[in-house]
Amino acid sequence: MERRDFVQLTGTALGAVTVPIWGGGQRVADFSGSLTPIPSADKKALADVALNTAKSRGATYVDVRIGRYLNQFITCRDTKVQNITNTESYGCGIRVITNGTWGFASTNDVTPDGIARAATRAVAIARANSRLQTEPVQLAAEPGHGEVAWRTPIKKNAFEIPISEKADLLLAASDAALKNGANFVNSLLFLVNEQKYFASTDGSYIDQDVHRIWPVFVVTSVNTETGKFETRNSLSAPRGMGYEYLDAGAGEKVTGPAGANTITYRDSYDMIEDAKLAATQAKAKHTAKSVEAGKYDLVLDPTNLWLTIHESVGHPLELDRVLGYEANYAGTSFVTLDKWRSHSFNYGSPIVTLFADKTQPGSLGAVGYDDEGVKCKRWDLVKNGILVNYQAIRDQVHVIGQNASHGCCYSDNWSDVQFQRMPNVSLEPGTAQMTPEQMIAGVEKGIYIVGDSSYSIDQQRYNFQFSGQLFYEISGGKIVGQLRDVAYQSNTQEFWNSCQQICDQRDYRMGGSFFDGKGQPGQISAVSHGCSTSRFNGVNVINTARKL
Amino acid sequence: MAPLTPDQARALMGRALRLTKADACEVNLNANSGGNIRYARNSVTTAGATEDLQMVVQSNFGKRSGTVTINEFDDATIERAVRRSEELAHLAPEDEEFMPPMGQQQYVTSQAYFDNIANITPEYRTQVAANSINPSKAKECTAAGFLQDGAQWQAMMNSAGLFAYHRSTQANFSVTVRANDGTGSGYATREANDLTKFDVDSASRIALEKAAASRNPLAIEPGKYTVILEPEAGINLLANLIFNFDGRQADEGRSFMAKAGGGTKVGEKLVDERVHIWSDPAHPDIPTSPWQGDGRPYERTDWIAGGVARNLYFSRYWAQKKGVKATPFPPNLIMDGSTATTEELIRDTSRGVLVTRTWYIRSVDPQTVLVTGLTRDGTFFIENGQIKHAIKNFRFNESPVIMLNNLDALGRQQRVSGSDAGITSLMPVMRIRDFTFTSLSDAV
Repeated sequence: MERRDFVQLTGTALGAVTVPIWGGGQRVADFSGSLTPIPSADKKALADVALNTAKSRGATYVDVRIGRYLNQFITCRDTKVQNITNTESYGCGIRVITNGTWGFASTNDVTPDGIARAATRAVAIARANSRLQTEPVQLAAEPGHGEVAWRTPIKKNAFEIPISEKADLLLAASDAALKNGANFVNSLLFLVNEQKYFASTDGSYIDQDVHRIWPVFVVTSVNTETGKFETRNSLSAPRGMGYEYLDAGAGEKVTGPAGANTITYRDSYDMIEDAKLAATQAKAKHTAKSVEAGKYDLVLDPTNLWLTIHESVGHPLELDRVLGYEANYAGTSFVTLDKWRSHSFNYGSPIVTLFADKTQPGSLGAVGYDDEGVKCKRWDLVKNGILVNYQAIRDQVHVIGQNASHGCCYSDNWSDVQFQRMPNVSLEPGTAQMTPEQMIAGVEKGIYIVGDSSYSIDQQRYNFQFSGQLFYEISGGKIVGQLRDVAYQSNTQEFWNSCQQICDQRDYRMGGSFFDGKGQPGQISAVSHGCSTSRFNGVNVINTARKL
Repeated sequence: MAPLTPDQARALMGRALRLTKADACEVNLNANSGGNIRYARNSVTTAGATEDLQMVVQSNFGKRSGTVTINEFDDATIERAVRRSEELAHLAPEDEEFMPPMGQQQYVTSQAYFDNIANITPEYRTQVAANSINPSKAKECTAAGFLQDGAQWQAMMNSAGLFAYHRSTQANFSVTVRANDGTGSGYATREANDLTKFDVDSASRIALEKAAASRNPLAIEPGKYTVILEPEAGINLLANLIFNFDGRQADEGRSFMAKAGGGTKVGEKLVDERVHIWSDPAHPDIPTSPWQGDGRPYERTDWIAGGVARNLYFSRYWAQKKGVKATPFPPNLIMDGSTATTEELIRDTSRGVLVTRTWYIRSVDPQTVLVTGLTRDGTFFIENGQIKHAIKNFRFNESPVIMLNNLDALGRQQRVSGSDAGITSLMPVMRIRDFTFTSLSDAV
């Protein structure tokens, strides 16, 4: 799905949807029979055809992914269900090493003959490319895991919830917003189920059933007299959960600091409540004070900070970017190997510890094994402010002198080759007890920012600009009113070194991207970022208002 | 599977349509076959080939619809797909904005298929990579690039009598060359439907030249500058403007095209009178499918002419409700230019900035179409009609509406899609006054 198609689908731009690009091969289908994964034994027999065929043609390593990828999108516009789309894609991707070179071929003909043809083609492609090969693939060893399985620990399979129940929830959220002064509401419920089977010549046969969910809306308030309009996006997060995320559990709500009138959510989302509040907040934006540009201490709620972590920490620490593999598309990275080798590069202030974790329950990136058969784990990227590691996969870790992959290889579809993708990257909560309200009490001149919006960063991840959904002016330790036209601009290292305080574990929440784009052909991945409310001192704020 | 002829497509879709019991039924076929190669660090990293064929069956009862897709074409599978789409339609909620399938339409002829691209081999792709990697290596530079090529076949047929068929080929190439000392970077793209128009090696040459020329950039102060935006830089900004030409959004007051007090800005002068932006599915340099997914014919459409907003695009539902023509979303974008080369525009510039590429452009304020983004892969300072030196990259905050009001000069067109825009376009080089750079970036 190209970005503009997504925008058309939603009817309006939906905030922080990070470069939504859909892989090939998707198709619309009903799910009759597709919700039950194909028996592992059947997939093992097919996988063995790929492994044996490619080996017999000269491959020294082979992996095969047989995947069924289900998506459901329910789209509502105001009081109407606009669209219900089921997409289903089933096929097989085969990756080989021949003459020290990768080759890949995929097919939707998931039969022994179709798979054998694709395996043969993958070997031929590897052989053709090997004449330009200057760096033969060095694959870190990974033990065979035998026949194993993993499933997202969902409580309610969202695909099995009746469509009418899901549509009713979206319509109820619309109704709540419209009754509270919104002029328009666009909403969407995205569901993803990846049923993927991996096998390799290392002796792994891994069956996984992965679930993700994202309820999202945009509320618009129009002032026809002035010709102005204001929006407020939902404060939900996409999650690696089932339909239980929409249970609106009271214990998962986080009420904002005094003067802000905000509610955000941990592991359970109340879409109707959020829509109601969004309507009043969008309306209030019309009369909010336009920010005066200058330096401010920023107090960033996790609904805003997750995206800054994603762009300024997650991406620059991808080893493939550091090495130049993404130079032609996503870019490279300022976090060059010499900085890592120095063991003294101050990525952030001493209170900043950022970690990667593919096992966090409820996160978008959580799986048992990655897409090259590596068992998933947690590791530190920045420890007490110092850069300590990158994100790397099997054919990269030798570059940083390590002998085991970090387990963060992924492909969004059977049709495209797997490669290094960002694991969940999160900020460790502060060790001292602190609430957002206590943090704000210490700020003389600042802005409290909730929700994500416009985001942009350069191709080496130095210079960024982010906005938000809600801005509150802090003066003399108190929130004194709502602001608008706010965006903050900074440099990654400067920003993280300006981090002065981090709230404790009680305030920890996860945000995330459902559509993180990378690679050519473009692929998406879904990734979560957890953090607690944090304070950054002296950040440059610009005023974004213009006159046409 | 592919190639799929019109007769094969009609026969295949007819087998589904003959089985329908719904009020209306529409069938789509999509097939593709192609390959790609990706290289970086002066070495091939990945290469692949893929093919797919799918049939989409949509059935309607009143305003309820259900859709099913299959990729097997035996009689039992086709019948199951038709029956299941009918069951889903019965289960679906009523869509008040549902529009019934369209009858036969007249489509323009769009010559978009060329055997020379359909027949590209893995060896050709490897040679393209080699022609990019080897000269880069020889000049202490490192190349990273991507070539994707293939053929697509699409067809649709419905119970209201519509039949449409289109086939196309396309090759896309982009390359970034970086100086090995990390201080310079260059970028170029090429795309074509016809291999004879696919001058792929020139892109590698230009990217290499820019990488060498952009080494050791100097910092200049952010602020307002005259800029020369090369086509790849301009399209990412321009697309943001036209993607905001949604008629319903304007009618509802939630677009910069809405007027205070109601109504839209269609017919009003928006930008400099030299600006002419239009779409044409049959343009020989950027041919597209002759129809939008719902069967509506694409036709030549002005979006802005003489600086005046001329048309907005609509859904069929909203157009019917408003009693206006249901102009579809632009299939491509063409902005008129001139015969002036980039070099000629530089010669006429006393002080300014040459921008090769813009990057990571995102909307900041939809009320003014204000966007932010950065320059990348070759940014140069111009003084007294000459490029003086490379400069560090900038972040900008600018509205394409303000930008096109500050239009100074237009130059030659080039086919580009834009890494942020993603729409096939013919864009001229543009010289713009008072372009707003808001901060410096250390990124190379």
